[in-house]
Amino acid sequence: MERFRGNEVNTSVDNTTPTPSPSPHVGGGRSTPVIDIQNLSLTFETNDGPVHALSDIDLKVEKGEFVSFIGPSGCGKTTLLRVIADLEKKTAGDITVNGTTPENARLDRAYGYVFQAAALYPWRTIEKNIALPLEIMGLTRKEQTARIDKVLELVELADFSQKFPWQLSGGMQQRASIARALAVEPDLLLMDEPFGALDEIVRDHLNDQLHQLWAKTNKTVVFVTHSIPEAVYLSTKIVVLCPRPGRIYDVIESDLPRQRTLDLRESPEFLRIAQRVREGLKAGHAYDD
Amino acid sequence: MSPLSRLAAGTTLPVVTVVIAIIAIWYVAAVALNAPFQRDTYERAKQTDVPFSQLLSDTLVQKRPVLPAPHQVATEIWQTTVEKKITSKRSLVFHAWITLSTTLLGFLIGTSLGVLIAVGIVHSGVLDKSLMPWVIASQTIPILAIAPMIIVVLNAVGISGLLPKAMISTYLAFFPVTVGMVKGLRSPEIIHLDLMHTYSASRLETFFKLRLPYALPFLFTSMKIGIAASLVGAIIGELPTGAVAGLGARLLAGSYYGQTVQIWSALIMASVLAGCLVGMIGLIEKNVLKRMGMAA
Ligand SMILES: Nc1ncnc2c1ncn2[C@@H]1O[C@H](COP(=O)(O)OP(=O)(O)OP(=O)(O)O)[C@@H](O)[C@H]1O
Ligand SMILES: [Mg+2]
Repeated sequence: MERFRGNEVNTSVDNTTPTPSPSPHVGGGRSTPVIDIQNLSLTFETNDGPVHALSDIDLKVEKGEFVSFIGPSGCGKTTLLRVIADLEKKTAGDITVNGTTPENARLDRAYGYVFQAAALYPWRTIEKNIALPLEIMGLTRKEQTARIDKVLELVELADFSQKFPWQLSGGMQQRASIARALAVEPDLLLMDEPFGALDEIVRDHLNDQLHQLWAKTNKTVVFVTHSIPEAVYLSTKIVVLCPRPGRIYDVIESDLPRQRTLDLRESPEFLRIAQRVREGLKAGHAYDD
Repeated sequence: MSPLSRLAAGTTLPVVTVVIAIIAIWYVAAVALNAPFQRDTYERAKQTDVPFSQLLSDTLVQKRPVLPAPHQVATEIWQTTVEKKITSKRSLVFHAWITLSTTLLGFLIGTSLGVLIAVGIVHSGVLDKSLMPWVIASQTIPILAIAPMIIVVLNAVGISGLLPKAMISTYLAFFPVTVGMVKGLRSPEIIHLDLMHTYSASRLETFFKLRLPYALPFLFTSMKIGIAASLVGAIIGELPTGAVAGLGARLLAGSYYGQTVQIWSALIMASVLAGCLVGMIGLIEKNVLKRMGMAA
């Protein structure tokens, strides 16, 4: 499947719409990581006592990296992503996003976030749903339309732009929500199991599309998944988490080439990395027993 | 499909059945309630051995029955609507119009006030704590008791005519709207609020793009209750004004002079009016929600 459609569309639209300049908070040097987390912990105070969702997390994500979080259910993947997005506040430790606090980064609209559920507005058509962040950013009608057309093409929903969310299947809704995040054209993409609800074929296809997009545009992506092949195929760095309390068990730097195709999944290097991830997951589980 | 089976399949047949049943019960009740007076009349006239059929037909044509028969009310309504000029003081349409204008004015102010209070309550914890108890307390005061005071006080400061009466409507209408809107504005799912958060949307944007659309179905439901309450308020507001005009005035005048037929005509007119008003809101609701893709 050698398709570069996403990139074609990308270049053609770039001629008409100037991309907003990057956040003023980005530190000058190449050394500043996009995300820098040190000794971060997060405890939820619940009625049944404290829940240690995250404990002693150390993580650096450099510009242009594709980082996957993988781990058993409840190990804190979503929570960690939400801390980066300033949807959850750390209880201890340090975190910077784009060299500043997560809150400042959020106020700068530094990232696009794809939730675990599609979270489309039921009273807006698909097109209008994608327009939502663009309206808030204050783009002109023309710019909005250009971006909407581009991202709808990318997720192959162009024929459904006028439909309401409930007229689409769950997988299509999820694609629409990905399109909505991409329309913001953020330098940092935070994605919480975006392809979890999709069938294998569509998933492969979107994996490919996302990979091409990332490889071409040098975006930084933080990606939560339950799928080992998906994590290995997409990532430059795989973070294996384990539960109770949620913490990092292993960090695997991938030495796969930056440009990848889906055939890569049969190669020995790929299988070797996948094996290490699998062992990490198993060991993480073993802590429970 | 035969016309009959189509009737049975639709809602027409059940509705007609219920109406017929109500009318039948009404007739039976009219005979039962009016019979004692009729027997008294026979006794005073020293009439004995009046056949039951005579008693039956006499109870249904009394001038001042305890409970007028449906056809008496129907005749009265016909005479005071179709057969009277609308400008006549005896036209029921004239009186209904007076009440309707009070209702609509009161409803408009009440709805706006209700929405405003709800917006305040949802956006400010202080208002939530300080205002909500008063909103609820306001409805525990019997409106009949304070209606004359409102009218008198407003008259004293030189406000007369439609507005004082509309104030009573407002007083009754704002409450369901406030409660419904507070619920509606608070109903967005967390994930949708989170989404707005990631866009660092302002409160105003979150309000107009998320909370308000979410609240609309709640608003319409509250408005249906509110407009019916408005009508009740308008009628109550007409009572202390000396029974000059409006359906409330007709009710009061009717009870002064024992004109039960007139009272019942006004009552029927009021309920028809209420039905139309609620139906109208329902129609707007359907249209708006359909255009928003939310109608089932
Ligand atoms: N708002 C909250 N209040 C209390 N506890 C929470 C809250 N959110 C998450 N948790 C707890 O924190 C832990 C981590 O949850 P989280 O959603 O991050 O897991 P996850 O790795 O994303 O799981 P999944 O793969 O099932 O999505 C869980 O034990 C969960 O019960
Ligand atoms: Mg999760």
